[in-house]
Amino acid sequence: MRHTISILVTNEFGVLSRVSGLFSGRGFNIESLCVAETTDPGISCMTIVSIGEERVLEQITKQLHKLVNVIKVHEFTKEERIERELALIKVQVTAENRAELLSVVEIFKAKVVDVSPKSYTIEITGDHDKIMAVLELLRPFGIKELVRTGSVAMARSPKTK
Amino acid sequence: MKKNGADIFVASLLKEKVDTIFGFPGGAVLDIYDSIFECKIKHILVRHEQGAVHMADGYARATGKPGVVLVTSGPGATNAVTGLATAYMDSIPMVCFTGQVPTALIGNDAFQEADIVGITRPCTKHNYLVKDVKDLTKIIKEAFHIATTGRPGPVLIDLPKDILKAETEFIYPDEADISSYQPTYKGHRGQVKKAVDLILSSKKPVVYAGGGVLLSGAATELTKFSRKLGLPTTNTLMGLGGFPGTDPLFLGMLGMHGTYAANMAVTNTDCLIAIGSRFDDRVTGKIDEFAPYAKIIHIDIDPTSISKNVDVDIPIVGDVKHVLKEILAKLPDAKAIKTYKKQTAEWRDTVNEWAEKHKLGYREPKNGMLNPQYVIERLYEHTKGDAIIATEVGQNQMWAAQFFKYAKPRTFLSSGGLGTMGYGLPAAIGAQVAFPNKTVINIAGDGSIQMNIQEMATAVQYGLPVKIAILNNRFLGMVRQWQELFYDKRYSHTCMGAQPDFVKLAEAYGAVGYRAKTKEEVEEVITASLKIKDRPVIMDFTVNPMEGVYPMVPAGQPINKMLLV
Repeated sequence: MRHTISILVTNEFGVLSRVSGLFSGRGFNIESLCVAETTDPGISCMTIVSIGEERVLEQITKQLHKLVNVIKVHEFTKEERIERELALIKVQVTAENRAELLSVVEIFKAKVVDVSPKSYTIEITGDHDKIMAVLELLRPFGIKELVRTGSVAMARSPKTK
Repeated sequence: MKKNGADIFVASLLKEKVDTIFGFPGGAVLDIYDSIFECKIKHILVRHEQGAVHMADGYARATGKPGVVLVTSGPGATNAVTGLATAYMDSIPMVCFTGQVPTALIGNDAFQEADIVGITRPCTKHNYLVKDVKDLTKIIKEAFHIATTGRPGPVLIDLPKDILKAETEFIYPDEADISSYQPTYKGHRGQVKKAVDLILSSKKPVVYAGGGVLLSGAATELTKFSRKLGLPTTNTLMGLGGFPGTDPLFLGMLGMHGTYAANMAVTNTDCLIAIGSRFDDRVTGKIDEFAPYAKIIHIDIDPTSISKNVDVDIPIVGDVKHVLKEILAKLPDAKAIKTYKKQTAEWRDTVNEWAEKHKLGYREPKNGMLNPQYVIERLYEHTKGDAIIATEVGQNQMWAAQFFKYAKPRTFLSSGGLGTMGYGLPAAIGAQVAFPNKTVINIAGDGSIQMNIQEMATAVQYGLPVKIAILNNRFLGMVRQWQELFYDKRYSHTCMGAQPDFVKLAEAYGAVGYRAKTKEEVEEVITASLKIKDRPVIMDFTVNPMEGVYPMVPAGQPINKMLLV
């Protein structure tokens, strides 16, 4: 089971290694990790995607709470979050398949951000599944290089009628 | 008035009412050593930094106050790591100060530089690198607060040399204000009520109490609770002394080397009341078959301990002392308690039958040699139990847990979680520093004692009359026992082929050394040793090498499948 956890931490040196050390030391898996400052420069937000059973997740959240620098831990459930990743994908391109590539870009609302005679670099944001889907479609063109961020997530506001 | 970092360090420790530091000087902490040269705080100069940390640990376990350590950078700091890990596993309050190279040199592979904050991150409750002298008092205040509250533990503060020289105003905060660190002390009222109801509905209750009882100072409350309801009570290794070992309700220790009665009671109970204990694998044996018929109540200040290894029916996050008081306040009137005790009378009889059926014991060896257990029994009789016992790790530790009865809290000092050989002698020294007039005995093996034997010199230097009882079987006994039982008696590298003459060694250190090989000599040696008040004594007991620790639950077996004597 894939879990997305958002962690508010004090923005100090060494905090990232406390959190990542906790994961590795206790045998928890990190699939991706994103960290940046919040509106309060004294506080950072980490988004960690981890794979494990419910019981493991419970231990992770409790152990995270125990770290002195951790202010808040939130685990998102599927319905309530907006989750986004960003990927930069450099794809081989030829005169013959250029149009086809651009149509894939269009369909996924991606952008071409760099162009050379033999390659296009595509920028795409979306949730995990969308990124996986676009990669699947681009693979036949020949992916020369790929960089991805981890997920960031935010809870959806409650819908009032 | 402005002070430099080193003077601020000393002034802060005085504010924290620190009376003793265990330490070892070096280049990076010279400024501090200059500041403490003429201050009220007693400094114990050790012979190895690991010894300093274990001493602070023994001091903390015996007194309940945080232990304080001061060591230099690089090797001084790395030598402290085993001690910190030991304290961390057993939740011992401690603040360890390490020197560090000047801020400008950090990361440059400077002389005696080690990234000790990085190294100790997983074996401290929290740690700090001081980057500005203005933060020093705030950090020290926070460190003592974190070390001593919630689930206690060691906190490390790394002090770069330039910070110790830099000056600022000395203002010591009254309180530590850490918004992200707020341990829960009071139990949830609804959960407490549920727990009381469950206990009162049970027919076969057992209390399983651990080190948390001692850490929260709840021995009185626990004793009251168990006695009031007539609850058979077992302690973990860490919990010994938390419930009087002399009480008829006491079942002895449970787990791998637990008593028959304790392990049978836990296996058959319908209501297991776990108090300040964490379901360690040495306690539970095969986890799926641990307390299979029980509803489990678990009181612990650390939420991560709850439902970590075993699913719990009624978790109560809170301080053991607070929660036990809340439970005691919620107990029904005398009449209802009488009815409850009637309802559980048959169970107590059953438990007592188990206790009678297989008492702790041992066979007299045919070769006429001394039994190690006998030595411990005699130490108990001679001291009438009025002693602080430290242990090393292995057979000596288990026999000390089994054959000495601990009537009071904070009288049994042992490395339970990490199992650190070499812990006992320095821990005993730490306890003796705190209580100069008490009898402090380190029950040791001939293997373990050699891991920190250098601290004999420390004990001699400060005139500390620590008694060291070496159960000398010329083997790494516990490993040998496993080889005997599970590795076809292939005693691979467990025989200590060469060994110092411990009597002469004691004398070489300026201590006293005795040897005993017979029961008569045991009496003489113990009597003589207990009279010595100004220096340490080594009692070298030559014991039967083939003796084992029983009962024993083989690793991975359920705890009711015991190998008995």
